[in-house]
Amino acid sequence: MKIIVAIKQVPARDSQLRLNAAAKWIDDSDLTFEINEPDAYALEEALQLKEKLGTGEVVALCLGPERAASTIREALAKGADRAIHIVCEQPEALDPLAIAKLLAAAVGPEAPDLLLTGLQSDDLGSGQTGVILAELLGASHATIIMEVQPQAGAIRVKRELEDGWFQYITMPLPAVLTIQSGLNRLRYATLMGIKKAKTKELRTLEAAALAGGAPVATLDKVYLPDRQKQTLMIEGTPKEQAAKLVEKLKFEMRVL
Amino acid sequence: MILVIMEQNAGAWHKMSWETLAGGQQLGQTLGLPVTAAVLGSQTATLAAELATKALDKVYTVEHALLEHYTADGHTAALAGLIAATQPTLVLFPHTYQVRDFGPKLATRLDRVLLSDVVRVSEGPTFVRQLFQGKLNADLRPATPAPHLVSLQAGAYRADTLAAGSAPVEAFSPTIDAVRQQPEAPFRESSRAVDLTAADLIVSVGRGIKEQENLPLVEDLAKALGAELAASRPICDSGWLPMERQVGSSGQTVSPKVYLAVGISGAIQHLVGMKGAKAIVAINKDPHAPIFEVADYGLVGDLFDIVPALTEEIRKAKA
Repeated sequence: MKIIVAIKQVPARDSQLRLNAAAKWIDDSDLTFEINEPDAYALEEALQLKEKLGTGEVVALCLGPERAASTIREALAKGADRAIHIVCEQPEALDPLAIAKLLAAAVGPEAPDLLLTGLQSDDLGSGQTGVILAELLGASHATIIMEVQPQAGAIRVKRELEDGWFQYITMPLPAVLTIQSGLNRLRYATLMGIKKAKTKELRTLEAAALAGGAPVATLDKVYLPDRQKQTLMIEGTPKEQAAKLVEKLKFEMRVL
Repeated sequence: MILVIMEQNAGAWHKMSWETLAGGQQLGQTLGLPVTAAVLGSQTATLAAELATKALDKVYTVEHALLEHYTADGHTAALAGLIAATQPTLVLFPHTYQVRDFGPKLATRLDRVLLSDVVRVSEGPTFVRQLFQGKLNADLRPATPAPHLVSLQAGAYRADTLAAGSAPVEAFSPTIDAVRQQPEAPFRESSRAVDLTAADLIVSVGRGIKEQENLPLVEDLAKALGAELAASRPICDSGWLPMERQVGSSGQTVSPKVYLAVGISGAIQHLVGMKGAKAIVAINKDPHAPIFEVADYGLVGDLFDIVPALTEEIRKAKA
């Protein structure tokens, strides 16, 4: 089974975000970056599928600026067989359809049986890339997947529904699945893996050379959200904060 | 016109459908557009009759045997047909898991993009959505002619503002060629031994706790307060607490008297599960964490210092 995993590099989770001068995106000059968490689970699932089937290929696909190469190397070190990097310096200026079109242009010639990606990114959080890709590629798809069972020419998956409900769905290959965090246990790259990654194929494509499309949505500006509530901030040393909160629990919330 | 796509499963409405319908009515007034709504399924008469008691210009029933159980292929084909036939300016969806599954596909088929997870519609219209797990907002505008497809997050509009009226019902017969997904019956994993929805007091823990070994810290706090222990998704994903203690869109929706969020940043998926609490207390080291946007009481600081101090103060107060 040939599996492509679409991964994204995003700012590390606890980053302190500041807006850029144009207020169109964040100032990412002094941030650290990591693989988008649900994408890490998608990669792990692909590696486990290949191991379970005892055959196949896992290709990591990433659209992002030059710096995304470090995340791609990590995917190779964890066990991806090769990688494709669509170099695009300002992906945040593209809408989800434009991004998916660039990814589809790279995926098309590969003709994978399965394409996995995280259910959403930690930065934009649109949660659309996988679904749009499926439509562009003419593949079947399912989202928010908690379990993947390969079958002959088909795939049976466990979809997470709302409110604690689940559902199994079977569909023919090729298929696109968007993977939920927590469906497997992530592996660490081994020293051997890191060494081997240096010799693996990492093909780069220029986004400008691929068939994209005209923008269909415009991001006007980004800004800090306004408070929905008047929050009473309780200050002081931890002990003082605790004592003041207990007063509130007693006399305002009336639960003590 | 505005077309609101209502969601139903096995004859029961998804409650976010009503919020979206209320949003449709309000936007219809602001933008001076007629408002219509559609219900999809294999049998829709009863649902359509209920929908027809709202202030709408028309109710569309979209019936097909292949729409008995939800599939992305079936919904996409049916709605692409309905949109082509009715030419709406704005198509509104509730931002549910189901819409996340087919909405982007439908938009792609129409060469559009779904403006998803919208929390507010401001003048323009400009559609506001959150980025970075709620840390930032973004203003989005469609760059194409109509139709514009928009999904509304829970709480963007209130269902109790819905205006009653009387609407004609019109049947639309969709063409659905092939459905590739074969869905099985939905099921629940555990019997839900823990019913967080009945709890008056909840202490909830998130990523800020860092290690499973640190959990006793919040367990002690919950015990001292007499509260149920809950968690955000990552804690349950890691297996540190059972899934049945998860609060949020994929877990339980709670409305206790007090919800004490410890080390929870407050991604929208978590907030939709707890913002109905009477009082929200947040302890977090990041003063910009989105949890403080919904908190009534905020404590900025190191939870590893504050939580033990709080546990001790509560024990003293109760002694």
